[in-house]
Amino acid sequence: MISVHNISKKFGKLQVLNEFNLEFELGNSYALMGPNGSGKTTLIKTILGMVIPDSGDIRVGNQSIKGDVSYRKQIGYMPQIGHYPANIKIGQLFSMMKDMRPEIKKYDLELVEAYGLEEMKDKAMGTLSGGTRQKVSAALAFLFHPSILILDEPTAGLDPIAVEVLKAKIKKERDQGKLILITSHILSDLEELTNRAIYIYEGEVFFSNTIEELKEITGESKFSPAIAKLMEWTLKKKSKKTILNHV
Amino acid sequence: MFKLLKYALYDILKSRFAIIYTVFLALVAISIYQVSDDLSKVSLSLMNIMILFIPLISAVFATTHFYNNLEFIELMLAQPVKRIHVFLSQLLAVVIMLSLSILLGFGLPMLLWGADSSLITLLVVGVVLSSVFAGFAFLASVLTRDKAKAIGISLALWIYFSLVYDGLVLYIIYSFADYPLEKATLALVMLNPVDLGRILMLMQLDISALMGYTGAFFQQFFSSGSGIFIATFALLIWMLVPNYLATRIFRKRDF
Repeated sequence: MISVHNISKKFGKLQVLNEFNLEFELGNSYALMGPNGSGKTTLIKTILGMVIPDSGDIRVGNQSIKGDVSYRKQIGYMPQIGHYPANIKIGQLFSMMKDMRPEIKKYDLELVEAYGLEEMKDKAMGTLSGGTRQKVSAALAFLFHPSILILDEPTAGLDPIAVEVLKAKIKKERDQGKLILITSHILSDLEELTNRAIYIYEGEVFFSNTIEELKEITGESKFSPAIAKLMEWTLKKKSKKTILNHV
Repeated sequence: MFKLLKYALYDILKSRFAIIYTVFLALVAISIYQVSDDLSKVSLSLMNIMILFIPLISAVFATTHFYNNLEFIELMLAQPVKRIHVFLSQLLAVVIMLSLSILLGFGLPMLLWGADSSLITLLVVGVVLSSVFAGFAFLASVLTRDKAKAIGISLALWIYFSLVYDGLVLYIIYSFADYPLEKATLALVMLNPVDLGRILMLMQLDISALMGYTGAFFQQFFSSGSGIFIATFALLIWMLVPNYLATRIFRKRDF
């Protein structure tokens, strides 16, 4: 469904993505992991067209995203930190987003109802707490029945009840055969929600396979120690590199 | 595009700034009308105020507006809308708001107490200068990622075109006073939108007779068909080029 092909991106001198290749298939849910600054958010923003890669190509549903915007109709995106205009009210924000996709008439209001956003529709976005803003982001991501869901740290800042609601919703959508891409540092969430793991390190794909495969390779029976081992390996790889550099 | 423009306009016209700016312009116009009955004196005073303040306010407002709306722009970029439409809707909303303020603030007193051709030119020049400096401001905004730096660039451009440039022109005229300079000054005027606006205004008034031989030359040039065409063309270039460059940079910018 989404294929990322040879993407490179530099911010100044910093190489954030380096000859990046990945395939995302419909019906799978992916856990996108990596240390801070490894390029997770940049990858997501490149797929959304907010960051323009220096080279390479991204295809969504067999169509290149260069110069095309209609592919974004298939994507529900929940940003890490939702930035919204301060003066706009919740109700206005929702009607504006609906106005952007006039051809979609059926809305998925499950999260709007579960989070009670309808009762708050006259509150301005600027007055909302961080958690409520995350709830708005989540509700917007699911609103248009998108076939691809990209969730950047979806559970950060939400209270435990809201987290459970969101996780139940993600599971429901996953079981309907949608493509779900989640980044998070909370490994228990990822283990619960995803079936494939992608580990990014310094702008390169270090691991990309099923979670069973990950456990097998690392020889661990649980998810968290397996990821920890993966992180250890990346660090070793780095120290080897420095030794080689000295030689 | 029109949907985006609708939301951007809705947001901007509701803002306190739009109202304060219009009221300020109206108060300036009303007080000047009260002081003098002579329409040419009114338009001269209004011009002096307008030439100085409108570029300044346009530049500062457009820069702050861009940065205050960065969140909205980011939100829109993740939606199925074209980048260029997101940018143009913001730019057009700013230009429309600034122009409406001038048309209302200066235009209503004119309707009340009368206007002549020079005052109509004043309105047109005001709208043109607003869009030129809004273009500069948007260009400065897309070039940097820092609000303070962008405001700094906008202010520097305003100081250059409103104050420094005239000093340079005077220096050149004095240094080369022994040579015929009419055509050279005319070319220099074309390189500054503020001066161009000012001279277009002055040509409507009788005081151009006070400017000596150069004034007579300007009068002749700007009253001829080709002269007006060239001046309009130069102002159009000043309006379009910064905006075009800003749009091009925006299309490649990362968010």
